Amino acid sequence: MRNEQVLLECTNVDFGYENQDAVTGVTIQIEKGDYLCIVGENGSGKSTLVKGLLGLLKPTGGKIWMSGELKNHGIGYLPQQTAAQRDFPATVYEVVLSGCLSHLGRRPFYGRAEKEMAAVSMRRLGIEHLRKQCYRELSGGQQQRVLIARALCAARGLLILDEPITGLDPAASQELYALIRELNQKEHMAVIMVSHDIRSIITEAGKILHLKKEPLFYGTTDQYKNSAVGKQFLGGAEL
Amino acid sequence: MKIWMEMMSYPFIQRAVLAGTMVALCAALLGVSLVLKRYSMIGDGLSHVSFGALSVALAAGWAPLMVSIPIVILAAFFLLRLTEKGKTPSDAAIAIVSASSLAFGVTVTSLTTGMTTDINSYMFGSILAMRRQDVRLSVALCAVVLLLFLFCYHKMFAVTFDESFARATGVKTQWYNTLIAVLTAVTIVLGMRMMGAMLISSLIIFPAVTAMRLFKSFKAVVLSSAATAVLCFVAGIMISYQYGTPAGASVVLMNLALFLAATLVRVLRERL
Repeated sequence: MRNEQVLLECTNVDFGYENQDAVTGVTIQIEKGDYLCIVGENGSGKSTLVKGLLGLLKPTGGKIWMSGELKNHGIGYLPQQTAAQRDFPATVYEVVLSGCLSHLGRRPFYGRAEKEMAAVSMRRLGIEHLRKQCYRELSGGQQQRVLIARALCAARGLLILDEPITGLDPAASQELYALIRELNQKEHMAVIMVSHDIRSIITEAGKILHLKKEPLFYGTTDQYKNSAVGKQFLGGAEL
Repeated sequence: MKIWMEMMSYPFIQRAVLAGTMVALCAALLGVSLVLKRYSMIGDGLSHVSFGALSVALAAGWAPLMVSIPIVILAAFFLLRLTEKGKTPSDAAIAIVSASSLAFGVTVTSLTTGMTTDINSYMFGSILAMRRQDVRLSVALCAVVLLLFLFCYHKMFAVTFDESFARATGVKTQWYNTLIAVLTAVTIVLGMRMMGAMLISSLIIFPAVTAMRLFKSFKAVVLSSAATAVLCFVAGIMISYQYGTPAGASVVLMNLALFLAATLVRVLRERL
């Protein structure tokens, strides 16, 4: 019998494209309130794993188990931003509201419940005053807040963030980490984050998964700091 | 108004205005999505493919729409797939497809019928080109596009703004992309003979870009893009009727004028 706290469990899972496995043998378990960071070099299978967790790729091997609330698109997702998005003509409200899409089902229009949810989500991230602003006129940090607000509309206990600080200046990055920390600690939102920013990760995340086509390390952050893989990857950052 | 009444007394102009307005409307709506997804050049590529297909149909004596619609739809799939996979840079790929189809069309034509007025009208459009069948097809196309934008508006927004997120929330993005590709292909084939292969892509790009200069919300961009397209089309046809200028070119010039006006408004708004 599985612990009730468990949201997501992968057992020896492989993901790949066209008969070629991009990442193999992943075993992880996410509980409520967990904060897992996935690290690794480019092409190490991080994004592939994220796609798999979101259900965009079928596993080529192994098993994925999800709790009832996560099924039916209950994971809040923050994809990497594309260049086309940065100058998109849409208001903040339009973008946040689009996070409620999975509740829409076959209905063509949003109802009061979805509009309320978008408003709550904007309040949580402190962007209500930007409601009518155009997305393309916001700073990088504000844009990320908007996208997180959108992800929260869809999230039922788990947020997956793919390289959230790419393109942000150091101050905005720190602000974003603080925000994620707050969601994680105060609201017990489980977080899975893909990142390159290993120095900040070490102080933020509770668990680390280090990938290089297969897991090189999976465990708590403290264990990672003392492991051979961790020491090498951190490259003396801790010294 | 007087010009309008006089103009509309000709059945061929009635057909052109009716079909053209529908096509312009469809092109503008689909254009918002295509331009924002950085697929503007696909319209241009498809119009050249359509030219190639029409030339072959003409040379062989087949019904032009029956031949070109399926071919252009296939080309639309191909170009979208190419852009998504991103192995060859998509602008280069589109240029290759465009130039090859154009060359193919011209070669086939010169070997068979020779360069006749038909070819000229395919290149630059002719107001006489709209037959009853085109009008019927335009109405059907327009109905589909309007229904899509009305009932799947929020999904269209999500697919346009952020495909990865849309997919993760359960939207069948592949299905929407396919639908957009098919509708764009039909719009181009229908509009091409009136606007011309060289000019039809402007119907897709101009209204969206003009709307984006002025408006900040997606809804406003979609609505104003549709309004711009219809306004420019009707004004262009009236100018063409009054001064005997080519229909397609007049519509494009109207679009250009409105685009420049919108740019001016934007600059002034930023300065003040």
